[in-house]
Amino acid sequence: MSTVVLLLFTGVGLGAIYFLVASGLSLIYGLMHVLNFAHGVFLSLGAFLGFEVASRLGATTWTGFAASLLVGALAGAVFAALTERLLVQRLYERHIEQVLVTVGLGLAAVALFDGIWGTDPRFISGPAWMGRTTSVLGANVPNDRFVAILVAALVLLGMVLFLQRTRYGMIIRAGVENRAMVTALGIDVRTAFTLVFTIGGVAAGLGGVLASHYFGYVSPLLGQTLLIFAFIVTVIGGLGSLTGAAIASVLVALLQQFANYYLAGTGDLAVVVLLAVVLLTRPSGLMGRRA
Amino acid sequence: MSSSTSATGTAYRGGARAWVRRLVPPALVVLLACLPLLDLRLPGVLPGPTYTPGTLHLLALAMVMAALALSYHLLLGVAGLLSFGHALYFGLGAYLLGIVMSELGLGLLPSVLVVLLVGVAVSLALGAVSLRVTGIPFAMVTLAFAQAGSVLVRRDPGRVTGGEEGLRLPTEQVPDALVGVADTRNLYWLALAALVLAFLLVSWVQGSRAGHVAEAVRENELRVRVLGMRPFLVKLAIFVAASVIAVGMGMVHLLLNSGAVPHIVSAELTISLLLMVVIGGVGSRWGAVAGAVLYVLLNQRLTVLAQAPWVHDLPAPLRIPLSEPLFILGTLFVLVVMFLPGGLAGTVGRLRRRQERADRGEPPGGADRLEDVDDEQQVPAADGARR
Repeated sequence: MSTVVLLLFTGVGLGAIYFLVASGLSLIYGLMHVLNFAHGVFLSLGAFLGFEVASRLGATTWTGFAASLLVGALAGAVFAALTERLLVQRLYERHIEQVLVTVGLGLAAVALFDGIWGTDPRFISGPAWMGRTTSVLGANVPNDRFVAILVAALVLLGMVLFLQRTRYGMIIRAGVENRAMVTALGIDVRTAFTLVFTIGGVAAGLGGVLASHYFGYVSPLLGQTLLIFAFIVTVIGGLGSLTGAAIASVLVALLQQFANYYLAGTGDLAVVVLLAVVLLTRPSGLMGRRA
Repeated sequence: MSSSTSATGTAYRGGARAWVRRLVPPALVVLLACLPLLDLRLPGVLPGPTYTPGTLHLLALAMVMAALALSYHLLLGVAGLLSFGHALYFGLGAYLLGIVMSELGLGLLPSVLVVLLVGVAVSLALGAVSLRVTGIPFAMVTLAFAQAGSVLVRRDPGRVTGGEEGLRLPTEQVPDALVGVADTRNLYWLALAALVLAFLLVSWVQGSRAGHVAEAVRENELRVRVLGMRPFLVKLAIFVAASVIAVGMGMVHLLLNSGAVPHIVSAELTISLLLMVVIGGVGSRWGAVAGAVLYVLLNQRLTVLAQAPWVHDLPAPLRIPLSEPLFILGTLFVLVVMFLPGGLAGTVGRLRRRQERADRGEPPGGADRLEDVDDEQQVPAADGARR
């Protein structure tokens, strides 16, 4: 029983990190039809800068941790907004080229991080409470899981409120639904594009800091490794659907954790099998509207 | 494409030029075949004289990657399929050949046949699943499958792939002529033969009916469907053909490097293939070859540069980017995508067309502008139809 509870919390915690990456990817794809291969480096940059700030302000203090979250989110946002403005927007409507540009950026940025921070993982520490465990139904759950779940839930809430209650959120939702119509009504969607990238960057930057605490290290390849799972999550959840991304993140992470424990470390394979099953039965994903 | 038709349309001088152009590829192959016997030096491009094993190994690697890029061209350039999982088949060829030889104790040729058969079966099965979606979702799905393969190779559940260490070539099953540093020239010739074979195969597939239908599907799938054809089967055929060529190149790569490392199954390898094909020019066979050769040589030279003493003395903001070959290659790639649509092949074609027009005595400005308008009109039309 306690093992199941532990796996449950660990799975949902990992799902929270997947969601922070996948939500931005899914929104970007839904609005712009761009598969953002550079999303992982937004995450890595957030993680590295968060790590630098935390180690300057004291990695074991709560102020250090809060500052690292803030800086991570900011770094992701700025990097993402610049990517959209300087690279993606210039290739307006040329989807394959847009993908290629993000691929190139991802490659170059990972190499640059390698050069700055080295290829070896940097092990990090957080506030002492995060390293301890809390007993839930007999299972000792590491506390960083709760933080990850809390932050992801807040991000989800924030995104939903933003999309439902604000004018820009409405433009974004309308753009996902029918971009041609939004443009025809005289609304400049390009601002919405930059905004969606920025929001994705914030979520990815937060995800980077949390992922570095979850895994206990930060390395240049951290983001790109998570990115592949985030891709799977977005396809399973349905491209462009925020709810789908949230459900699929938890589903994929739980499956991964349970298969890793009970089926001899086959978690990654189980996820790919799930992907194949979803594609064979529902090619548009769980919450997707059309293929 | 359009350059060759306009070349045949011109007068005698143009005809002679077309003949010369047709003789260039065989001449190039003969020259390449003679390289191990010659003492040519290209300082700055090649690490040493052409007869030395180091240089031959680098050239052979460039040719294997060129053949692999050609198979990727079949997917991206002909069928318009953006796959992020092509490395899976390359790695499958390399790893499976080694495993079949060492675990089953078969000789080289029977093993090659077994691996090719498995390659057909695997690419049929995975292609059938991933081709249920198109466009960007297809890219993600192929990436996921390749990632599963990469994880399998690294984790090594069956104790056969060697995990992170990699797989050693079981030399006892391989003819002596293909083993050892002194025999690098034989491996070089093998790689050259593989490249020529891949080029012929790709040309054949591209020129076949399936190839033409695949090109039509790339432009407008709905129209092909209305004409009563089945795009799925055609795309699957192209996918399997490209994958099997990749499997073959994986086997050559295993022999060439006397082993296999997990990197060759990774997404990074597929991304480097994408770089080669795009830098060379999507849709052009020569572009794919040129892009691959450029990439391999540049990667090698940049790695040498990164270790140069003068780079180490530079201040950090200059030293760090210069000592990361992938940073430079990635940046180059972004620049090509942004400012050089059509890559190397597209640029060469554009220059050649301008030259031919100048030969015919046409005013360059007016015709140029007309054609540019024509190009721009075609692109949105094709895009709109795809959606």
